[in-house]
Amino acid sequence: MNIRNVANLFVLLFLIWLLLTGTFELTSLLLGLVLAGALALIFGKNSSVFGKLRFTPKMLAYSLIYLFVLSWEIVKSNIDVALRVINPKLPINPGIVKIKTRLKSPMGRMILANSITLTPGTLTIDMKDDELYIHWIDVKTLDAEKASQEILGKFEKLLEVIYG
Amino acid sequence: MEIREIIGASVTLVGSIFIFLGGLGIVRMPDLFNRIQAGTKASTLGTILSLIGLGIINPAWIWKLLVIVFFVLITNPVSSNVISRAAHFRGTKMTDKTVADLLVESENKTREE
Amino acid sequence: MVNTILFVAGVFMALGILLALFRFIKGPDITDRTIAFDVMTIASITVIALIAHFAGRIIYLDVALVYGLLSFLSVVAIGRYIERGL
Repeated sequence: MNIRNVANLFVLLFLIWLLLTGTFELTSLLLGLVLAGALALIFGKNSSVFGKLRFTPKMLAYSLIYLFVLSWEIVKSNIDVALRVINPKLPINPGIVKIKTRLKSPMGRMILANSITLTPGTLTIDMKDDELYIHWIDVKTLDAEKASQEILGKFEKLLEVIYG
Repeated sequence: MEIREIIGASVTLVGSIFIFLGGLGIVRMPDLFNRIQAGTKASTLGTILSLIGLGIINPAWIWKLLVIVFFVLITNPVSSNVISRAAHFRGTKMTDKTVADLLVESENKTREE
Repeated sequence: MVNTILFVAGVFMALGILLALFRFIKGPDITDRTIAFDVMTIASITVIALIAHFAGRIIYLDVALVYGLLSFLSVVAIGRYIERGL
């Protein structure tokens, strides 16, 4: 049994409970503690996804920066895709390219793949070990190195610090 | 407080335009993968902006609205990824404009081995 | 003033849902329909939030949350079904 994994999951679930109920009444808090504890014990003991997270100040600061970078990317590329949609000529140049990531931890890779999908214009289709297959609405290069730089250059450095 | 409410309503309006463009994209795009790109992503930003705009109008609701925003941010990429992988697995036809499909090549290679 | 702007926003959302419904009816494949369904539900979440504002009831936001959760589960279930059958 992985104590750290269960503890992290417990904290996460309890925070979600607080956000959902929105009160600090004693009965609600106690119920939340019991539910979060039970769920963390049932689902956390056989997995290790949350076990490698280490909540250091540096990691939290980088998470915040990451959130800002991600939001900015989402806005920028959303406008880009929206302009493509309203353009009468429909200027798309789609294709599926392969990129490689340096990230090792499963959590970091999951966040990376989801971030790539969230920024419009790129869509993660499949992941095999360290290779990600990306549907790109405007293919600029087929070379794995250059495409990696183009698509995940900004995310990877930050995620490397956060999840190692 | 009128100004704050008008700002919130304007943010919601911008978000709703993105949702509309998402619907337009899903109709106009020529093949499934481009539809996923245009449809689900534009509507993600649209949803986030609309909900935050409503949160600016009703500050007491902001936490619950942020929970919904967080939830949309987590689930949306997962569902579009699941659908796109299933579609690729089925061999959905891609548009003639497609430049390359490296995933099919790698699958063929593993099949030959 | 505020409610007028929000009403216009609601009209845009409804138009988006209508366009997605067009794709949902036209298809041509099950995957296209699923994506159209996904877009429709995401737009519906915001419409429900808008209704919550007009009615002045925060409890409707929970409806939006559960609605989104169910639609996410159904989309994932359909995706799994397409990929390897039930």
